[in-house]
Amino acid sequence: MWALRRWIQSTATVLSNAYVLFPFTRNIYQGKLKSVCVPGLNCYSCPAATGACPIGSLQTIFANVRPSFKTGNFHIGLYVLGLLRITGSLVGRMPCAWVCPFGFLQELIHKIPSRKIEIPHWMIYIKYWFLALFVVLLPLIVVDGFGYGTTWFCKYVCPAGTLEAGIPMLILQPQLRELAGWLYVNKIAILALFLVLMVFIRRPFCRIVCPLGAIYSLFNKVSVFRMVHHPDKCVMCKECYNGCPMGVKFYEGANQPDCIRCLKCMQESCKFDAISYEIAGLPVKVRPIAH
Amino acid sequence: MDQVKRKSGFLLLLLFLIFLVIGINAGEVATVWEKAVSICLACIGIG
Repeated sequence: MWALRRWIQSTATVLSNAYVLFPFTRNIYQGKLKSVCVPGLNCYSCPAATGACPIGSLQTIFANVRPSFKTGNFHIGLYVLGLLRITGSLVGRMPCAWVCPFGFLQELIHKIPSRKIEIPHWMIYIKYWFLALFVVLLPLIVVDGFGYGTTWFCKYVCPAGTLEAGIPMLILQPQLRELAGWLYVNKIAILALFLVLMVFIRRPFCRIVCPLGAIYSLFNKVSVFRMVHHPDKCVMCKECYNGCPMGVKFYEGANQPDCIRCLKCMQESCKFDAISYEIAGLPVKVRPIAH
Repeated sequence: MDQVKRKSGFLLLLLFLIFLVIGINAGEVATVWEKAVSICLACIGIG
């Protein structure tokens, strides 16, 4: 299962960034696929990106709500929100574990041998503030004289955008380098900070900041695919927590907001069959592989 | 309680499918595409 997940993560990363002609065009992909949002965090200004970033798209629509109303278009983000919420309703936070390129990167960097640190539990709630403020409220409220807002999360925070678009685009288009100022320095500093944190902390961006993960997490308890904890079999050995890429204490309850349904706890950690999953309420029997 | 959660999951799914269809009919797909095919200076960190 673990090898399968790695294979799917690699494939999803390649498919999300499959525009191989960018070294020749020195530009981003501009085909029709860009109208579809990918399920993971992948910057649409990455020169290789083949799809749209859901969080960037959502902010853009919110930032342009007033002009859109003035022109009678009434774009309020139902398409992007519909896509994200359908995904969330089906599988909850599962895309974070299986198809998000930035999540994949964090897991790989965390493999670097070092002393590992755990974050205080309250920090996992910070991401909801990032979602509410930087993705929804600030783009909606802070507007210029023409009614246009800005994409606050992309502009001031997103390290995925810096890594996938900020660095490569400045290499591909030298004229952009002249425009790089304190904003660019700020974004590089945030990226550098998270790259360091990834070594010591399990998926720090996903757990503390990611607004996409925050949206999906709202559906973990009601999604069609759900994890199941069997307290009668659980001996509280905490092996699920030790092996979890998100630091979830599964023994305290299934379908917590940070559970990304990677299934590692079920397949590799738990030796007592205390973890399973169900689809639409129907239990699925899976024989553990690593026992 | 579990049955309520199960039912609410399916009801949410149906609701969001309606959201999606309304969004597509309103032309939001084109808006997403227009943004996604332009270099996002905010994402890069220069504007």
